Amino acid sequence: MTGPEELLDPAVAERVLARALAHGGEFAEVFAERRGGLTLAIDESRIESVQSGAEEGAGVRVLSGATTYFAHVDGLDPADLERAAGEAAAALRAERAEPRPLRSEAPRPQPVERPPGDVPAARKAELLRELDQRARAAGGEIAQASASYGEARREVAVANSDGLFSGDDRTRVRIGAQAVARRDEGVETGAETLGAARGFELFDDDPAAIAETAARKALTLLDAVPAPTGTMPVVVGGGFGGVLFHEMTGHGLEADHVQKGASVYAGKLGEVVAQPLLTAYDDGRMPGEWGSDAIDDEGAPTQKTRVIEDGRLIGFLHDRRTAGREGVAQTGNGRRESFRHLPIPRMTNTYIAPGDAAPEAIIGDVAKGFYAVSFGGGQVDPATGDFVFGVNEGYLIEDGKVTRPCRGATLVGNCLQALAAIDAVGDDFWMKTGICGKGGQKVPVGTGQGHVRIAAMTVGGTEA
Amino acid sequence: MSELAEQAADAVERAIAAGAGDAEAYASEAENREVRVHGGEVESLTAATQRGLGLRVWIGRRVGYGFGTDLSAGGLAGIAARAVEAARAADEDEFAAPPTAAGEPTALDGLSDPSRGEWSIDRVAELALAVERSALAADARVVAVEQAVYFDSGERTALAASAGARAEYETSSCYAYLQALAEGEDGRETGLGFGLARGPAGLDAESIGREGAERATEMIGSAKPPSRRCPVVLDPTVAASFVGLLGSAAGANAVQRGRSPLAAMLGEQVASEAFVLHDDGLDPQGFATAPVDAEGAPRRRTALIEGGSLRTFLYDSYTARRGDAASTGNAGRSGYRSPPSVSASNLIVAPGSASGAELLGEAGDGVYVSDVAGLHSGVNPVTGVFSVGASGRAIEGGELGRPLREFTIASDLVSMLRAVRSAGSQPRWVPFGGSVSTPPLLIGEMTVSGS
Repeated sequence: MTGPEELLDPAVAERVLARALAHGGEFAEVFAERRGGLTLAIDESRIESVQSGAEEGAGVRVLSGATTYFAHVDGLDPADLERAAGEAAAALRAERAEPRPLRSEAPRPQPVERPPGDVPAARKAELLRELDQRARAAGGEIAQASASYGEARREVAVANSDGLFSGDDRTRVRIGAQAVARRDEGVETGAETLGAARGFELFDDDPAAIAETAARKALTLLDAVPAPTGTMPVVVGGGFGGVLFHEMTGHGLEADHVQKGASVYAGKLGEVVAQPLLTAYDDGRMPGEWGSDAIDDEGAPTQKTRVIEDGRLIGFLHDRRTAGREGVAQTGNGRRESFRHLPIPRMTNTYIAPGDAAPEAIIGDVAKGFYAVSFGGGQVDPATGDFVFGVNEGYLIEDGKVTRPCRGATLVGNCLQALAAIDAVGDDFWMKTGICGKGGQKVPVGTGQGHVRIAAMTVGGTEA
Repeated sequence: MSELAEQAADAVERAIAAGAGDAEAYASEAENREVRVHGGEVESLTAATQRGLGLRVWIGRRVGYGFGTDLSAGGLAGIAARAVEAARAADEDEFAAPPTAAGEPTALDGLSDPSRGEWSIDRVAELALAVERSALAADARVVAVEQAVYFDSGERTALAASAGARAEYETSSCYAYLQALAEGEDGRETGLGFGLARGPAGLDAESIGREGAERATEMIGSAKPPSRRCPVVLDPTVAASFVGLLGSAAGANAVQRGRSPLAAMLGEQVASEAFVLHDDGLDPQGFATAPVDAEGAPRRRTALIEGGSLRTFLYDSYTARRGDAASTGNAGRSGYRSPPSVSASNLIVAPGSASGAELLGEAGDGVYVSDVAGLHSGVNPVTGVFSVGASGRAIEGGELGRPLREFTIASDLVSMLRAVRSAGSQPRWVPFGGSVSTPPLLIGEMTVSGS
């Protein structure tokens, strides 16, 4: 492992920061990054789409009043960095400001036992063949299988005019499996992923099981009936079911939305937003989790932030700017997709803490309802709180039992109402990986929860 | 030859030296600017320079891809080594081979607008502020603008291949958009307004702001519609998203791998005669327009759906070889970080003769869909079956009525296309789902699920 000093020489960083403040500004920052990665795919039982990349570059920003001046360049030569500083400062017209001397304080990165870059490409291809075979072996109706492998390493260094100098070395690996099942005219798909902020050791314990899961989902859907339409109790599954909380509540807790009044949670700090059984966190320090880093992309250490405590809203997710505006502490949520992007408040690993209900009881109390196990994704308008989710694995609940699988279901609702309508939280709990998009930037996030029941929600189906 | 074109040629030579049988380099350099404004103030100004190169190599029937940002001699050698290593990890594919030359590209002018370089950062910031002001001035119920954004980009692309292809061209593009917030009696509504052009001189700040304001205010007081089957009119922004899906389904890659709802439909009736669709990589107004596609084949105009029948699929060189067809110039890429793959260029739905009012009159009683959400998650790409969240207006007695929210529309792509009763006469360029130009579309009947 190399330290941030290797990526960004502190002496160069001090010069760059001085140049960035040459025409004024209250704050300047340089973010340097080297990123490399490898992806492979298997399709039609053939290894293909082998892609290997290496990029480096830096972003320099200057804050002055309410305005951010930002420039980014490809390349990490001192001349590249100085050029970026010059461009960021070009539109400023004030007196020179002086940065403070840098002091180094990089916390320890997430541990990696086996760096994926040290594993031969042939081993990764072998892993994909295992996934392919497992999916195809799941049943005669599996018509197609495909899988992908991705590894990425991001080394980052951050220096700012307050004297902060920090860095991180981030390794992530992820595999995904997709299967297509066919019976007569019916065609259904299933998918599953496994990922972590860890090394190749993630794949020690039967990674190909995800291919079987993907195949099982596709096969199950062959027997699906059209989804029901109407308002009914909805039980959301654990793990990836947490995407619902991520979308309907998590985004509204990001302080940039809140401060612009573009969040339904604006002005609700300290208020009751859910029933007392609900407590939720954002935690960027969960060991090895997909959304975990040592520091955020402004150099602030990541942390565990309680956002909802016993149904009461108690915290928002901040980056440096939003925290400064309110005079509160940063929460380590200032994240960016790369050196080409500005940091904004983002979730890390966001989850509903385990409750005390048994999952069987949560379902057993429902006479007629819908069980949403996994989502194809979703969208929410943070200002209105309106959301919509596509369900890619869902079932009917009849007389307290999970019965037939459904296809084509969509959950439609409003965040505030849906959150307040959660009337049971399960004691089972697990996390899943996701890629979250906001403002044109994609970052890895973890979602999690146990089984959760929403007392009433609109299910939009294909049934007329 | 520009420095970029020399670097592309150099990368190809280095790949051959590193053990590749054939190689193709795609290099791009871009200058971008972005301005974000909020509350009458500039929130952020961004200036960026980017350059990078992607290298596709063939070793026998194995293909690999490498990319990077370091275009120095050492950097190019590193990219070449990565690409060759990647190819060695791939399996043989009998159809893998470098593209062969496929005719002369059309000379195109006007892909780069000089106003982009001429307008200072202060002037484009003023444009973004004007977008915000216009929304606030349009209607007293617009209480704020979440954000107004201006973006422009000038890009040079160079392509070189050991099989002989060479190309170099420049393009520019810019857009502005805003999300307006309107305050109603029962909560907030948002509305998107946007405009696209090749340079800032082509943007109308006033109309962009007004569109956002109108879309936000018209939703005030919205409620769920009852569930039923009824005529549906798709706003161009919504129609464009579906047309984008259709473009993916028509890609030969999805078809050959049995993952397209159009897979077995060549020559079949996939739409009503009112729906006519072309892929046109040469349309002067299209943002995917270029003399050549991402692997050097000339861009062209291809009829996809005419007379209701599916005329062809879209091909790049690989799928053409595999499907025993000719490339339609539809190799696309999202940048130097990814290898070329089949994708639509500009998708153009032919306008019909009905004015907006006539289209509503023809619908009689139904739903006007002005926005859909969750399209990427609510659609099965293999079957084309979809159920997506939507908002819009009721159509009552042939006119727009009360606003509607939190409902879903459901069908499958082909059934929906067959049910197109009329296309409106006013097309619009929309950047959602690719580069699409489409008028509003009247669908005879569709499932609307509300309360």
